[in-house]
Amino acid sequence: MGNVKRSPWLLHYDGSSCNGCDIEVLACLTPVYDAERFGIINTGDPMQADIFLITGGINKANQAVVKQLYDQMPRPKVVVAVGVCACTGGVFKECYNIIGGADTTIPVDIYVPGCAARPQAIIDGIVKAIDLWQAKADKMENVQKELNKLDKLEEKEKK
Amino acid sequence: MAKQSIVPFGPQHPVLPEPIHLDLVLEDEKVIEAIPSIGFVHRGLESLVDKKDFNEMTYVIERTCGICSFMHGMGYCESVEKIMNVEIPDRGKYLRTMWAEMSRVHSHLLWLGLLADAFGFESLFYQCWRMREKVLDLFEMTTGGRCIFSVNKIGGVLKDVDDVMLATIKATTQDIAAELRVIRKTFMEDYTVEARLRGVGILTKEQAHNLGTAGPFARASGIKMDMRTTGYAAYGDLDFDIITSNECDSYGRCEVRINEIFQAIDLIGQCIDKMPKGDIATIVKGNPNGEAFVRMEQPRGEAVYYSKANGSKFLERMRIRTPTFANIPGLLETLKGADFADVPLLILTIDPCISCTER
Repeated sequence: MGNVKRSPWLLHYDGSSCNGCDIEVLACLTPVYDAERFGIINTGDPMQADIFLITGGINKANQAVVKQLYDQMPRPKVVVAVGVCACTGGVFKECYNIIGGADTTIPVDIYVPGCAARPQAIIDGIVKAIDLWQAKADKMENVQKELNKLDKLEEKEKK
Repeated sequence: MAKQSIVPFGPQHPVLPEPIHLDLVLEDEKVIEAIPSIGFVHRGLESLVDKKDFNEMTYVIERTCGICSFMHGMGYCESVEKIMNVEIPDRGKYLRTMWAEMSRVHSHLLWLGLLADAFGFESLFYQCWRMREKVLDLFEMTTGGRCIFSVNKIGGVLKDVDDVMLATIKATTQDIAAELRVIRKTFMEDYTVEARLRGVGILTKEQAHNLGTAGPFARASGIKMDMRTTGYAAYGDLDFDIITSNECDSYGRCEVRINEIFQAIDLIGQCIDKMPKGDIATIVKGNPNGEAFVRMEQPRGEAVYYSKANGSKFLERMRIRTPTFANIPGLLETLKGADFADVPLLILTIDPCISCTER
């Protein structure tokens, strides 16, 4: 967590969870567990979010919503699947309306198991997500630098 | 006539922890009509009766909702016990009642926090959730879980609570009551809070009755209805009154819920004082055959559990009617004529539990 350059913002969406993980995610943000000490803040706007916390499995109705929320987020972005339902479908895996875990619809980076996931586990997932997010940002920056170099070379050759 | 416009609300919205979608028909800033569409959390867990046997189903039914999970498990177990004519030991009944009332305290504190967040009072939100953590610690001490406990089983409960724990529960809940008395002042007497709540979202007693509302939402409109008075579990032995309010608005709903927390803490105290000694569960043999209805009072209102069995280890049908579903018509009525800015607040005043509603 040492080299984080900017405070990432967090978006939470309830897939088809039973609420247990949702209230634990909210409990994480309150002063007792205080995940906000890592510089994150809970936002309702996907266009300003960097980390996507998804709870609950994917069903036929919310699949498009989850996909859209993910697409609206700017890159780099990290997806954290909170709770066993978001990881695999959990106890509802055999239900007729459940497609599966969050990774059936969007790429998931970090899996936080538990039913309901405990706040300590969620905080651990968030901390890992922040590191991963910074690593992705650095990678994007490096790629951009290389591209800029290539552009300059091309310009020289043209001259 | 002003031009009408339709504003979509949800499923992803900053104020909603859960997805529900409303199409709000607006005329300037006034809501003319709200058209709901639900189904974002539908899993179809009732159909799992085909795949999980009636003992395993207890744990599935508990996961209908993470806030009132204990009561869902309790309702399901009571319905199966009713089919099998099982009388559970008194200590089991009292423990169930105690945990159910603790669930009510934590659910109402959660709601108060979300309400404070909806009208923008961030510090009050944090205060409520800080108090709620104490109840969750008690749950963790007695059952091992914070949200989903899995202590119910058909024939009783799985875990016993010793005297030291009971004393701790009593002392901690009394602390919560003392802290709540301070916070109550802010909710009930603060000028800004009152300005957001009073006269907003009026639902008269007649409307509440005709629309079939349930729970604190109905009681805030003056309807005296509380399933606990039917005396399931140990409620028949306990002494309590139905809390109602004649305000019929958001303020009344807040008042009813705050008073219900005090009532629940009182009931927990009564349970601990009267806690009988003995077994916590009876041994249940065989498979259920028949059908049964159970009605019970959840934090959000009356819930109905229906089980139908055919003598095999799989139930034939399991059905839950949840209070939020009954309250949605009432919510749509209160939304008519409301300001657009009050919509998130009004949605919260029914204490929506979408995952219960859609299952």
